Amino acid sequence: MAYISASVYTSHVPAIGVAIDQGKTQEAYWQPLFNGYGYSRQWMRENPPDVIFLVYNDHASAFSLDLIPTFAIGTAAAYQPADEGWGPRPVPPVLGHPELASHIAQSVIQQDFDLTIVNKMDVDHGLTVPLSLMCGEPSAQLGAWPCPVIPLAVNVVQYPVPSGQRCFNLGRAIRKAVESFDADLNVQIWGTGGMSHQLQGARAGLINQEWDNCFLDQLIHHPATLAKVPHIDYVREAGSEGIELVMWLIARGAMADVDDPARPPTVKHRFYHVPASNTAVGHLILENG
Amino acid sequence: MALEKPYLDIPGTVVFDAEQSRKGYWLNQFCMSLMKSENRERFKADERAYLDEWDMSEEQKQAVMARDLNWCIRTGGNIYFLAKIGATDGKSFQQMAGSMTGMSEDAYRAMMVAGGRSVEGNRFMHESAGTPGQPAGNATGQGGI
Repeated sequence: MAYISASVYTSHVPAIGVAIDQGKTQEAYWQPLFNGYGYSRQWMRENPPDVIFLVYNDHASAFSLDLIPTFAIGTAAAYQPADEGWGPRPVPPVLGHPELASHIAQSVIQQDFDLTIVNKMDVDHGLTVPLSLMCGEPSAQLGAWPCPVIPLAVNVVQYPVPSGQRCFNLGRAIRKAVESFDADLNVQIWGTGGMSHQLQGARAGLINQEWDNCFLDQLIHHPATLAKVPHIDYVREAGSEGIELVMWLIARGAMADVDDPARPPTVKHRFYHVPASNTAVGHLILENG
Repeated sequence: MALEKPYLDIPGTVVFDAEQSRKGYWLNQFCMSLMKSENRERFKADERAYLDEWDMSEEQKQAVMARDLNWCIRTGGNIYFLAKIGATDGKSFQQMAGSMTGMSEDAYRAMMVAGGRSVEGNRFMHESAGTPGQPAGNATGQGGI
């Protein structure tokens, strides 16, 4: 039986990808940030999953205003890095897991969530930056990421975005779907994006460290309560793009303790840093109890 | 009954809802086209001619040529889409975001390194216009929101 072993949460700032690709990770500005992921890369090497289920948002790369799916699951065999306006990131294609992805799509739709099924799309920094942060640079010889990835793209571009509660419940449905897959697969679920940031208007640059850290506390200890926080609080307190944080609730809803309080997660790593370009960066690794 | 839009009283912020999306459809689709390098080259070679291929309003075209992102947003642009204009120009996201605040690039970068813009005074329209040294509502040009 497939199972979810752990959840990972991280922001996915484009400038982090640029810093990695241009060899700037040891510069004074970036060093504290990359040091915060040192443990994470070691943890990944020691706890390699068979598949990563990666929740992220597309930044107007695969989806334009022609098509705006609230939740889109990738069931393809491979995804190419997107050209976001400065050429594609020099990273390998992301291999998918069509079998498990299709199984999850069917199971989750039968649990009343309307997923859009995607067999062809490019993936942008929202997906590749978390992979770079957690896995390091893929070996030049192998030219591949350590394991297959199932992308789940969430609309946080056009309002209204899904509520925290709906994301949390979707996570629970994904856990059930994974656990009903026959092959014995170790699956990690990652929630990416977010923490305080506002990229637009005269309020650009908003950072609310107190709110962010409270979010991390609540995510660990009281996720069901956190799921009830309305959108307006995210936007007012953490900036217009801080709304990306609802995606973390999908990963959290997939953890065992949500339906089995006897299995509280272990916090393996917690990190917070300001700034990376315009944003606060938050990061957590939780293992299932 | 009218839709609830509690986000209309946040200073310096335009939430990209269905109304904005409808207004900005072609402007944002033009931005998407800049994901192809040949389109970026054509745009750079003759901006006006390239923009004229799109069903955008004259104001939207002027806003793009002025690189006034606040103006673009007022006419329906969305920052995730507009970022592709900045990428075409070789600007970082920080330069783009900073350009909307009325602050100099250096002052914006320094504010971020010092922990970013405080939320105090920036939650509601009726609050004072930003905390000291952090102008929240006086972006220049066509851009004041």
